[in-house]
Amino acid sequence: MSNTSPWIDLTGTPGQKHEEGIVVSDSHAAATHPPGLAHHFESYEQQKESSFLGMWLFLVQEVMFFGGLFCCYVIYRSLYGEAFAAASRELNVFIGALNTTVLLFSSFTMVVAVNAAKQGNRKWIVYGLLLTMLFGGIFLGVKYFEYSSKWEHHLVPGPHFEWHGEDVGRPVEIFFCLYFAMTGMHALHMVVGIGIMLWMLRPAWRGKWTPENHNFVEGFGLYWHFVDIVWIFLFPFLYLIGLAT
Amino acid sequence: MSEQHASEHEHGLKFYWLVLFALLVLTWVTYGAALIDFGHPWSDLVALAIAVTKATLVVSFFMHVKGATSMIKMSAVGGFFWLIILFAFVLADVLTRPGMREFF
Amino acid sequence: MSTQDFAFTPYPDLPKSHYLNVAYGLKSWLFTTDHKRIGILYLLSITFFFALGGLYATAIRLELLTPAGDMVQPDTYNRLFTMHGILMIFFFLVPSIPAVLGNFLLPLMIGAKDVAFPRLNLASWYMYIIGATFTLYALFMGGVDTGWTFYTPFSSTYSNSYVAAVAVGIFINGFSSIFTGINFMVTIHRMRAPGLTWFRLPLFVWSHYATSLIMVLGTPVLAITIVLLAMERVFKLGFFDPALGGDPVLFQHLFWFYSHPAVYIMILPSMGVISEIIAAFSRKRIFGYKFVALASMGIAVIGFIVWGHHLFVSSQSLYAGLIFSILTMLVAVPSAVKVFNWTATLYKGSIEYSTPMFYALGFLGLFAIGGLTGVMLATIGIDVHVHDTYFVVAHFHYIMVGGALMGYLGGLHYWWPKITGRMYPGFWSHLSALIIFLGFNLTFFPQFVLGYLGMPRRYHSYPEEFQVLHILSTAGASILAVGYIIPLVYFIWSLKYGEVAGDNPWDAVGLEWQTTSPPSLHNFDEIPVVDFEPYDYVEHEPVDRPYRYSRSEA
Repeated sequence: MSNTSPWIDLTGTPGQKHEEGIVVSDSHAAATHPPGLAHHFESYEQQKESSFLGMWLFLVQEVMFFGGLFCCYVIYRSLYGEAFAAASRELNVFIGALNTTVLLFSSFTMVVAVNAAKQGNRKWIVYGLLLTMLFGGIFLGVKYFEYSSKWEHHLVPGPHFEWHGEDVGRPVEIFFCLYFAMTGMHALHMVVGIGIMLWMLRPAWRGKWTPENHNFVEGFGLYWHFVDIVWIFLFPFLYLIGLAT
Repeated sequence: MSEQHASEHEHGLKFYWLVLFALLVLTWVTYGAALIDFGHPWSDLVALAIAVTKATLVVSFFMHVKGATSMIKMSAVGGFFWLIILFAFVLADVLTRPGMREFF
Repeated sequence: MSTQDFAFTPYPDLPKSHYLNVAYGLKSWLFTTDHKRIGILYLLSITFFFALGGLYATAIRLELLTPAGDMVQPDTYNRLFTMHGILMIFFFLVPSIPAVLGNFLLPLMIGAKDVAFPRLNLASWYMYIIGATFTLYALFMGGVDTGWTFYTPFSSTYSNSYVAAVAVGIFINGFSSIFTGINFMVTIHRMRAPGLTWFRLPLFVWSHYATSLIMVLGTPVLAITIVLLAMERVFKLGFFDPALGGDPVLFQHLFWFYSHPAVYIMILPSMGVISEIIAAFSRKRIFGYKFVALASMGIAVIGFIVWGHHLFVSSQSLYAGLIFSILTMLVAVPSAVKVFNWTATLYKGSIEYSTPMFYALGFLGLFAIGGLTGVMLATIGIDVHVHDTYFVVAHFHYIMVGGALMGYLGGLHYWWPKITGRMYPGFWSHLSALIIFLGFNLTFFPQFVLGYLGMPRRYHSYPEEFQVLHILSTAGASILAVGYIIPLVYFIWSLKYGEVAGDNPWDAVGLEWQTTSPPSLHNFDEIPVVDFEPYDYVEHEPVDRPYRYSRSEA
């Protein structure tokens, strides 16, 4: 019977670990695994399918996350349609439509980047990412000006909120709460996306992503398109209500 | 098998330009449709239908769900399906509270 | 195999190289991506939060010993039960079985080298720790007094406690849960060994698949709800503010859309554990395997459309109440399918009263009581009468402690020799299982009676006629505490002094028992090929092995 405890040896100095032990048990991983294939996968195919499924499940999660906001929207819209229509008139529809256009272009340039990754064209991966960041940046810039004009008109909910339009009751403030929460959460996702793209530039330029293994680019593309889809719904929900009446 | 997959659904940039064009047209169509009064539920339904069409275009072509494995198709639809559950049951409460009779 | 002696050691030594001795030092643990080590990290952290939540429970039970509210102020009492709920639910029960046993066993059970995303797995643990840090900060600053349900507008406007900090903590912890769910689903889909078809999967894996589904679909809704609550509190926005026409009941809808399915996040993995234990110690194939497997999925799906039964008296419309009431009763069907099938598995089995089996049998009885009182509460007429009384408290403790926790402890005892390579002492483990069962019933059964007589929950003083039952309950709680401390001691003891268990001490089937104990870094020397059906136990065949407690200790 062994006297050595299998438990953690917290006294062991890090760095002085049993290097041989790792190498021995890890040998097949190091020896037979091609570059870019993680040790626990058997093939590129398995790795690719896993990462896409994982990304899609993450997007399902995102759908439910935004879904909570949309649920609030649907409920209050069905309760206070009139107030929502009146409040929506304070938003600039033309700018909203323009921003939608910009965002759709950014989705297209993302497709360009992913397509380039599939063909191993690292130059166009970088160009695609740069263009996507440019369009994303324009969108956020426009959003900034929209937000600041709301601030000037005292339409940011909270203690400073003032309503000078037709008298449709307090729920106009709820509309603006939802407007800022939904577009803000969307903008936050875009900021995160642009941050990740900035990080992606260097490995892309260095040719990290090959036609065999570019799961990261394609997975990120899915994320960016999802953010686009959220806006596709936000635009009519927030900007286009009660235009005709 | 994967190569077959890839080649079958590989689209050139030209095709993606077309998708983008369709999306842009639909954006301005939904703007235009909002200026017309279709009556109470219909205006919303038209806007929703156009948004769903646009989202479907993005999901099928930009996100390559057309031609993806059935599991990925399921997860693409699954999230939205689950949202409908959330909406339906919350609405089942809110719209049937006393004082909400005008909805029926 | 000549002797049945307890001290008999079939394997003279632990395997030469296993996941615990490939590397030493704190760094090798904090930066590990090995699912087994991450499971251990979770084990240590949730044990800490279980102890902390237990301390709050102790304080609650001590206060309720006497009718007068003499030990703590009413406001302090509010904080006690709130922190007890938050710690136990978000930081113990939800991660308990999935993050500890699931992490450790899922790849082993499906013959994989690791989960699909090992680094994400480690990130989940860090998110858990960061979320826990925020919660601990709030706790040390004085805690939260809203109840773990955070009902608005009290939580958003009136409460003077650290709601926002806890909200951030739960938000971050939620993503730990979501990422674990994504990881498990992809692992089960894409990492199974050759030949391991869906209907050859152990039921533990099935129940974790169902659990992961709930984690991915439900948790984000709680996350956004908590964000809205925090924004309403910090920036004075008004999503649920009645003054603006907002609807506090909408908050409850969104909250319970996650938090009711969260009950199934807690109980489904436990059911998976019970399936494994009952099959192994009845030496029988599980009765109605496919039904038990699909019942897990059924519970996960139906569990999503029953949340309104928490809102029967919250001005939810009667029409919605009726729908939710009927659907809630429907969820009892797959649960009953499971209980009946476990019972049928026991029938004429060659039952062995090992420690895990004690917990499994305890689970069956306690879960039946918890589940049936759940059906009672689903009936609107009864719920209106006992809503917010100790009847409800007793009901959900029978599910969460009697169900989820018994399953967790049972699973820990069942797989402990696999996790550590060593066996715990038979006598003490049997004794503590009995103590826990008795202590649990003494604590919570009187609460059914109390609630039915009208004792409301969340009150720190009560009329004198309730005192006898409260004393019983407090006495039970102290017995229960003893029952929890004993395993803690002998588990730690066994790490150094326990008998070497061998690869398969229970003579159980399943891929996890085909590798060494403790498993090697990559789990299997060769990826196994599965050509057998699940629970392929040879029926009625008595087995000779060292840890056959029922004989060796007689």
